[in-house]
Amino acid sequence: MNDVAGKPFGRFVPLAVFAVLVAFFVVGLVWNQSHDASFVPSPLINKPAPAFNLPLLKQPAQSVSKASMLGQAYLLNVFASWCFACADEHPTLMAYRDRFGIPLIGYDYRDKPADALAWLGRHGDPYHEVITDESGITALDFGVYGAPETYLIDAKGIIRYKHIGPLTPAVIAKELQPRIDALERGGK
Amino acid sequence: MKRFAAALLAFSLTFSINAFAIDPLPFQSNAQRLRFQHLTSELRCMVCQDESLLASNADFAKQLRRQIFEQMQQGKSDKEIKHWLVARYSTFILYDPPLAPSTIALWFGTPAIFLVGAGVVIVLLRRRARPADTIAEESGEDW
Repeated sequence: MNDVAGKPFGRFVPLAVFAVLVAFFVVGLVWNQSHDASFVPSPLINKPAPAFNLPLLKQPAQSVSKASMLGQAYLLNVFASWCFACADEHPTLMAYRDRFGIPLIGYDYRDKPADALAWLGRHGDPYHEVITDESGITALDFGVYGAPETYLIDAKGIIRYKHIGPLTPAVIAKELQPRIDALERGGK
Repeated sequence: MKRFAAALLAFSLTFSINAFAIDPLPFQSNAQRLRFQHLTSELRCMVCQDESLLASNADFAKQLRRQIFEQMQQGKSDKEIKHWLVARYSTFILYDPPLAPSTIALWFGTPAIFLVGAGVVIVLLRRRARPADTIAEESGEDW
Protein backbone atom coordinates (compact mmCIF):
# COMPACT_ATOMS: atom_id res chain seq x y z
CA MET A 1 0.00 0.00 0.00
CA ASN A 2 1.11 3.55 -0.16
CA ASP A 3 1.21 6.25 2.37
CA VAL A 4 -1.23 8.70 0.88
CA ALA A 5 -3.67 7.33 3.40
CA GLY A 6 -1.53 8.99 6.01
CA LYS A 7 -2.36 12.41 4.59
CA PRO A 8 -5.99 13.10 5.31
CA PHE A 9 -6.58 15.42 2.36
CA GLY A 10 -4.07 14.19 -0.18
CA ARG A 11 -6.11 11.18 -1.18
CA PHE A 12 -9.10 13.33 -2.02
CA VAL A 13 -7.21 15.60 -4.40
CA PRO A 14 -7.71 13.36 -7.47
CA LEU A 15 -11.37 13.00 -6.62
CA ALA A 16 -11.74 16.76 -6.28
CA VAL A 17 -9.99 17.35 -9.62
CA PHE A 18 -12.25 14.78 -11.22
CA ALA A 19 -15.34 16.37 -9.68
CA VAL A 20 -14.34 19.78 -11.04
CA LEU A 21 -13.86 18.29 -14.51
CA VAL A 22 -17.24 16.57 -14.37
CA ALA A 23 -18.83 19.84 -13.29
CA PHE A 24 -17.29 21.58 -16.33
CA PHE A 25 -18.57 18.90 -18.67
CA VAL A 26 -22.08 18.87 -17.23
CA VAL A 27 -22.35 22.66 -17.39
CA GLY A 28 -21.04 22.57 -20.96
CA LEU A 29 -23.53 19.94 -22.03
CA VAL A 30 -26.50 21.64 -20.40
CA TRP A 31 -25.46 25.03 -21.74
CA ASN A 32 -25.15 23.73 -25.27
CA GLN A 33 -28.57 22.17 -25.14
CA SER A 34 -30.30 25.31 -23.98
CA HIS A 35 -28.28 27.81 -26.02
CA ASP A 36 -27.88 27.99 -29.75
CA ALA A 37 -24.23 28.64 -30.52
CA SER A 38 -25.18 30.17 -33.85
CA PHE A 39 -27.24 32.84 -32.12
CA VAL A 40 -25.61 36.22 -32.50
CA PRO A 41 -27.23 39.22 -30.83
CA SER A 42 -27.79 41.99 -33.32
CA PRO A 43 -26.07 45.28 -32.58
CA LEU A 44 -28.99 47.01 -34.31
CA ILE A 45 -31.49 46.45 -31.49
CA ASN A 46 -32.90 49.77 -30.27
CA LYS A 47 -31.14 51.57 -33.09
CA PRO A 48 -32.82 53.18 -36.10
CA ALA A 49 -33.49 50.74 -38.90
CA PRO A 50 -31.27 51.41 -41.90
CA ALA A 51 -32.82 53.42 -44.70
CA PHE A 52 -34.25 51.23 -47.41
CA ASN A 53 -36.27 51.74 -50.56
CA LEU A 54 -37.24 48.51 -52.23
CA PRO A 55 -39.75 47.59 -54.94
CA LEU A 56 -42.88 45.62 -54.22
CA LEU A 57 -42.76 42.04 -55.43
CA LYS A 58 -46.20 42.22 -57.01
CA GLN A 59 -46.03 45.79 -58.32
CA PRO A 60 -42.36 46.39 -59.08
CA ALA A 61 -43.15 49.93 -60.21
CA GLN A 62 -44.06 50.83 -56.63
CA SER A 63 -41.70 50.78 -53.74
CA VAL A 64 -41.73 50.81 -49.96
CA SER A 65 -39.18 52.82 -48.01
CA LYS A 66 -38.35 53.30 -44.39
CA ALA A 67 -39.88 56.77 -44.61
CA SER A 68 -43.12 55.48 -46.08
CA MET A 69 -43.47 53.00 -43.21
CA LEU A 70 -42.95 55.58 -40.45
CA GLY A 71 -45.95 56.07 -38.20
CA GLN A 72 -46.79 52.40 -37.73
CA ALA A 73 -45.06 49.45 -36.18
CA TYR A 74 -44.51 46.48 -38.46
CA LEU A 75 -42.78 43.15 -38.74
CA LEU A 76 -40.17 42.62 -41.41
CA ASN A 77 -39.74 38.95 -42.19
CA VAL A 78 -36.71 38.06 -44.29
CA PHE A 79 -37.38 35.04 -46.49
CA ALA A 80 -36.39 33.54 -49.82
CA SER A 81 -37.67 30.82 -52.08
CA TRP A 82 -34.33 28.99 -51.72
CA CYS A 83 -34.52 28.97 -47.93
CA PHE A 84 -35.61 25.64 -46.44
CA ALA A 85 -36.10 26.98 -42.93
CA CYS A 86 -38.46 29.60 -44.39
CA ALA A 87 -40.73 26.82 -45.59
CA ASP A 88 -40.67 25.42 -42.04
CA GLU A 89 -41.61 28.80 -40.68
CA HIS A 90 -44.27 29.45 -43.28
CA PRO A 91 -47.29 27.69 -41.65
CA THR A 92 -46.65 29.66 -38.45
CA LEU A 93 -46.73 32.92 -40.37
CA MET A 94 -49.93 31.89 -42.13
CA ALA A 95 -51.54 31.16 -38.77
CA TYR A 96 -50.34 34.31 -37.04
CA ARG A 97 -50.43 36.95 -39.79
CA ASP A 98 -53.70 38.44 -38.57
CA ARG A 99 -53.00 37.87 -34.90
CA PHE A 100 -49.87 39.98 -34.62
CA GLY A 101 -51.97 43.14 -34.75
CA ILE A 102 -49.43 44.91 -36.97
CA PRO A 103 -48.56 44.46 -40.65
CA LEU A 104 -46.30 41.58 -41.61
CA ILE A 105 -44.00 42.70 -44.41
CA GLY A 106 -42.12 40.07 -46.37
CA TYR A 107 -38.53 40.83 -47.31
CA ASP A 108 -37.53 38.69 -50.26
CA TYR A 109 -33.79 38.24 -49.82
CA ARG A 110 -31.39 37.54 -52.70
CA ASP A 111 -34.07 35.88 -54.72
CA LYS A 112 -35.43 36.09 -58.23
CA PRO A 113 -38.88 37.76 -58.13
CA ALA A 114 -40.31 35.02 -60.36
CA ASP A 115 -39.07 32.33 -57.93
CA ALA A 116 -40.49 34.20 -54.95
CA LEU A 117 -43.87 34.63 -56.66
CA ALA A 118 -43.95 30.93 -57.51
CA TRP A 119 -42.99 30.02 -53.93
CA LEU A 120 -45.74 32.22 -52.48
CA GLY A 121 -48.19 30.84 -55.02
CA ARG A 122 -47.34 27.30 -54.00
CA HIS A 123 -47.33 27.75 -50.22
CA GLY A 124 -49.72 30.68 -49.81
CA ASP A 125 -48.86 34.30 -49.12
CA PRO A 126 -48.80 35.26 -45.43
CA TYR A 127 -47.56 38.81 -46.06
CA HIS A 128 -49.44 42.07 -46.22
CA GLU A 129 -46.78 43.37 -48.57
CA VAL A 130 -43.62 41.84 -49.98
CA ILE A 131 -40.57 43.88 -50.89
CA THR A 132 -37.71 42.46 -52.91
CA ASP A 133 -33.99 42.84 -52.41
CA GLU A 134 -32.64 40.84 -55.29
CA SER A 135 -29.03 41.98 -54.91
CA GLY A 136 -29.03 41.72 -51.12
CA ILE A 137 -27.22 45.05 -50.81
CA THR A 138 -29.83 46.59 -48.50
CA ALA A 139 -29.83 43.41 -46.42
CA LEU A 140 -26.18 44.09 -45.59
CA ASP A 141 -27.29 47.22 -43.73
CA PHE A 142 -29.80 45.16 -41.77
CA GLY A 143 -27.09 42.70 -40.81
CA VAL A 144 -28.97 39.85 -42.45
CA TYR A 145 -26.83 36.74 -42.69
CA GLY A 146 -29.34 34.00 -43.04
CA ALA A 147 -33.00 33.64 -43.66
CA PRO A 148 -35.43 33.55 -42.04
CA GLU A 149 -34.93 36.57 -39.83
CA THR A 150 -37.64 38.73 -38.34
CA TYR A 151 -37.38 42.36 -37.27
CA LEU A 152 -39.86 44.29 -35.19
CA ILE A 153 -39.69 47.95 -36.20
CA ASP A 154 -41.64 50.54 -34.27
CA ALA A 155 -43.54 53.60 -35.53
CA LYS A 156 -40.42 55.75 -35.25
CA GLY A 157 -38.40 53.36 -37.37
CA ILE A 158 -36.43 51.89 -34.45
CA ILE A 159 -35.59 48.18 -34.50
CA ARG A 160 -37.04 46.78 -31.27
CA TYR A 161 -36.40 43.10 -31.66
CA LYS A 162 -34.79 40.66 -34.01
CA HIS A 163 -35.27 36.94 -34.24
CA ILE A 164 -32.89 34.79 -36.24
CA GLY A 165 -34.26 31.49 -37.48
CA PRO A 166 -37.85 30.35 -37.92
CA LEU A 167 -40.51 31.96 -35.79
CA THR A 168 -42.37 29.33 -33.80
CA PRO A 169 -45.57 29.67 -31.75
CA ALA A 170 -43.39 29.44 -28.62
CA VAL A 171 -41.07 32.25 -29.74
CA ILE A 172 -44.03 34.40 -30.75
CA ALA A 173 -45.82 33.85 -27.43
CA LYS A 174 -42.75 34.33 -25.26
CA GLU A 175 -40.73 36.98 -27.06
CA LEU A 176 -42.41 38.62 -30.00
CA GLN A 177 -46.06 39.20 -29.10
CA PRO A 178 -45.32 40.78 -25.69
CA ARG A 179 -43.08 43.31 -27.43
CA ILE A 180 -45.68 44.05 -30.10
CA ASP A 181 -48.33 44.50 -27.41
CA ALA A 182 -46.06 46.85 -25.48
CA LEU A 183 -45.58 48.97 -28.61
CA GLU A 184 -49.29 48.98 -29.32
CA ARG A 185 -50.05 50.11 -25.78
CA GLY A 186 -47.91 53.11 -26.56
CA GLY A 187 -45.15 52.04 -24.22
CA LYS A 188 -41.54 52.13 -25.16
CA MET B 1 15.50 17.52 -63.16
CA LYS B 2 12.35 15.49 -62.61
CA ARG B 3 13.16 15.22 -58.96
CA PHE B 4 13.66 18.94 -58.77
CA ALA B 5 10.29 19.56 -60.39
CA ALA B 6 8.63 17.18 -57.95
CA ALA B 7 10.30 18.92 -55.04
CA LEU B 8 9.19 22.27 -56.36
CA LEU B 9 5.64 21.01 -56.69
CA ALA B 10 5.65 19.61 -53.15
CA PHE B 11 7.10 22.86 -51.90
CA SER B 12 4.45 24.96 -53.56
CA LEU B 13 1.71 22.62 -52.37
CA THR B 14 2.66 23.29 -48.76
CA PHE B 15 1.55 26.86 -49.34
CA SER B 16 -1.69 25.95 -51.03
CA ILE B 17 -3.15 25.30 -47.57
CA ASN B 18 -3.70 29.03 -47.62
CA ALA B 19 -5.91 28.59 -50.64
CA PHE B 20 -8.71 31.10 -50.62
CA ALA B 21 -12.01 31.38 -52.41
CA ILE B 22 -11.25 33.18 -55.63
CA ASP B 23 -13.29 36.09 -56.78
CA PRO B 24 -12.18 38.01 -59.84
CA LEU B 25 -11.69 41.23 -57.92
CA PRO B 26 -9.70 43.85 -59.83
CA PHE B 27 -7.19 44.96 -57.22
CA GLN B 28 -5.21 48.09 -57.92
CA SER B 29 -1.99 46.58 -56.66
CA ASN B 30 -0.54 43.48 -55.17
CA ALA B 31 -0.22 45.30 -51.86
CA GLN B 32 -3.93 45.97 -51.86
CA ARG B 33 -4.65 42.34 -52.66
CA LEU B 34 -2.50 41.23 -49.74
CA ARG B 35 -4.18 43.73 -47.45
CA PHE B 36 -7.57 42.41 -48.58
CA GLN B 37 -6.52 38.82 -47.92
CA HIS B 38 -5.17 39.68 -44.50
CA LEU B 39 -8.29 41.62 -43.51
CA THR B 40 -10.78 39.01 -44.69
CA SER B 41 -8.82 36.22 -43.01
CA GLU B 42 -9.50 37.97 -39.68
CA LEU B 43 -13.25 38.02 -40.24
CA ARG B 44 -15.75 35.31 -39.53
CA CYS B 45 -18.13 34.14 -42.20
CA MET B 46 -21.35 34.43 -40.21
CA VAL B 47 -23.23 31.66 -42.00
CA CYS B 48 -20.40 29.14 -41.86
CA GLN B 49 -18.98 30.04 -38.50
CA ASP B 50 -15.81 28.03 -38.64
CA GLU B 51 -14.60 29.58 -41.85
CA SER B 52 -13.10 32.97 -42.45
CA LEU B 53 -14.56 35.39 -44.93
CA LEU B 54 -11.45 34.81 -47.01
CA ALA B 55 -11.84 31.06 -47.23
CA SER B 56 -15.57 30.70 -47.51
CA ASN B 57 -17.43 30.05 -50.71
CA ALA B 58 -20.82 30.92 -49.24
CA ASP B 59 -22.80 33.58 -51.05
CA PHE B 60 -22.81 35.63 -47.89
CA ALA B 61 -19.01 35.65 -47.82
CA LYS B 62 -18.76 36.47 -51.51
CA GLN B 63 -21.02 39.43 -51.10
CA LEU B 64 -19.21 40.75 -48.05
CA ARG B 65 -15.85 40.30 -49.81
CA ARG B 66 -17.20 42.37 -52.68
CA GLN B 67 -18.39 44.99 -50.21
CA ILE B 68 -15.04 45.09 -48.43
CA PHE B 69 -13.25 45.34 -51.74
CA GLU B 70 -15.39 48.31 -52.77
CA GLN B 71 -14.82 50.05 -49.48
CA MET B 72 -11.10 49.60 -49.97
CA GLN B 73 -11.39 51.25 -53.37
CA GLN B 74 -13.08 54.17 -51.64
CA GLY B 75 -9.96 54.50 -49.53
CA LYS B 76 -11.38 53.26 -46.24
CA SER B 77 -8.95 51.94 -43.65
CA ASP B 78 -9.13 48.44 -42.19
CA LYS B 79 -10.36 49.98 -38.97
CA GLU B 80 -13.21 51.79 -40.70
CA ILE B 81 -14.21 48.64 -42.56
CA LYS B 82 -14.22 46.59 -39.38
CA HIS B 83 -16.27 49.26 -37.68
CA TRP B 84 -18.79 49.09 -40.53
CA LEU B 85 -19.01 45.32 -40.16
CA VAL B 86 -19.29 45.33 -36.38
CA ALA B 87 -22.13 47.87 -36.52
CA ARG B 88 -24.11 45.34 -38.57
CA TYR B 89 -22.99 41.92 -37.42
CA SER B 90 -21.66 42.60 -33.90
CA THR B 91 -18.13 41.90 -32.71
CA PHE B 92 -18.83 38.22 -33.38
CA ILE B 93 -17.63 38.79 -36.93
CA LEU B 94 -14.11 39.53 -35.63
CA TYR B 95 -11.94 36.50 -34.97
CA ASP B 96 -9.92 38.58 -32.56
CA PRO B 97 -12.41 39.34 -29.80
CA PRO B 98 -12.17 42.82 -28.28
CA LEU B 99 -11.83 43.21 -24.52
CA ALA B 100 -15.37 43.78 -23.28
CA PRO B 101 -17.44 42.73 -20.24
CA SER B 102 -18.70 39.70 -22.16
CA THR B 103 -15.18 38.57 -23.06
CA ILE B 104 -13.47 38.97 -19.67
CA ALA B 105 -13.71 35.22 -19.01
CA LEU B 106 -12.22 34.58 -22.43
CA TRP B 107 -9.28 36.89 -21.92
CA PHE B 108 -8.49 36.20 -18.28
CA GLY B 109 -10.01 32.79 -17.65
CA THR B 110 -7.06 30.81 -18.92
CA PRO B 111 -4.37 32.79 -17.03
CA ALA B 112 -6.55 32.57 -13.91
CA ILE B 113 -6.85 28.79 -14.20
CA PHE B 114 -3.12 28.56 -14.88
CA LEU B 115 -2.31 30.57 -11.75
CA VAL B 116 -4.62 28.43 -9.61
CA GLY B 117 -3.01 25.29 -11.03
CA ALA B 118 0.48 26.65 -10.40
CA GLY B 119 -0.54 27.50 -6.84
CA VAL B 120 -1.80 23.96 -6.24
CA VAL B 121 1.39 22.45 -7.65
CA ILE B 122 3.59 24.68 -5.50
CA VAL B 123 1.63 23.85 -2.35
CA LEU B 124 1.80 20.12 -3.10
CA LEU B 125 5.52 20.23 -3.85
CA ARG B 126 6.25 22.09 -0.63
CA ARG B 127 4.19 19.64 1.38
CA ARG B 128 5.99 16.74 -0.16
CA ALA B 129 9.42 18.23 0.48
CA ARG B 130 8.76 18.71 4.18
CA PRO B 131 8.40 15.17 5.63
CA ALA B 132 11.32 12.72 5.68
CA ASP B 133 12.44 12.38 2.05
CA THR B 134 12.74 8.64 2.24
CA ILE B 135 9.08 7.66 2.47
CA ALA B 136 7.82 10.15 -0.05
CA GLU B 137 10.40 9.15 -2.63
CA GLU B 138 9.91 5.44 -2.28
CA SER B 139 6.18 5.45 -2.72
CA GLY B 140 5.83 8.41 -4.98
CA GLU B 141 2.47 9.69 -5.98
CA ASP B 142 0.05 7.36 -7.58
CA TRP B 143 -1.68 9.91 -9.80
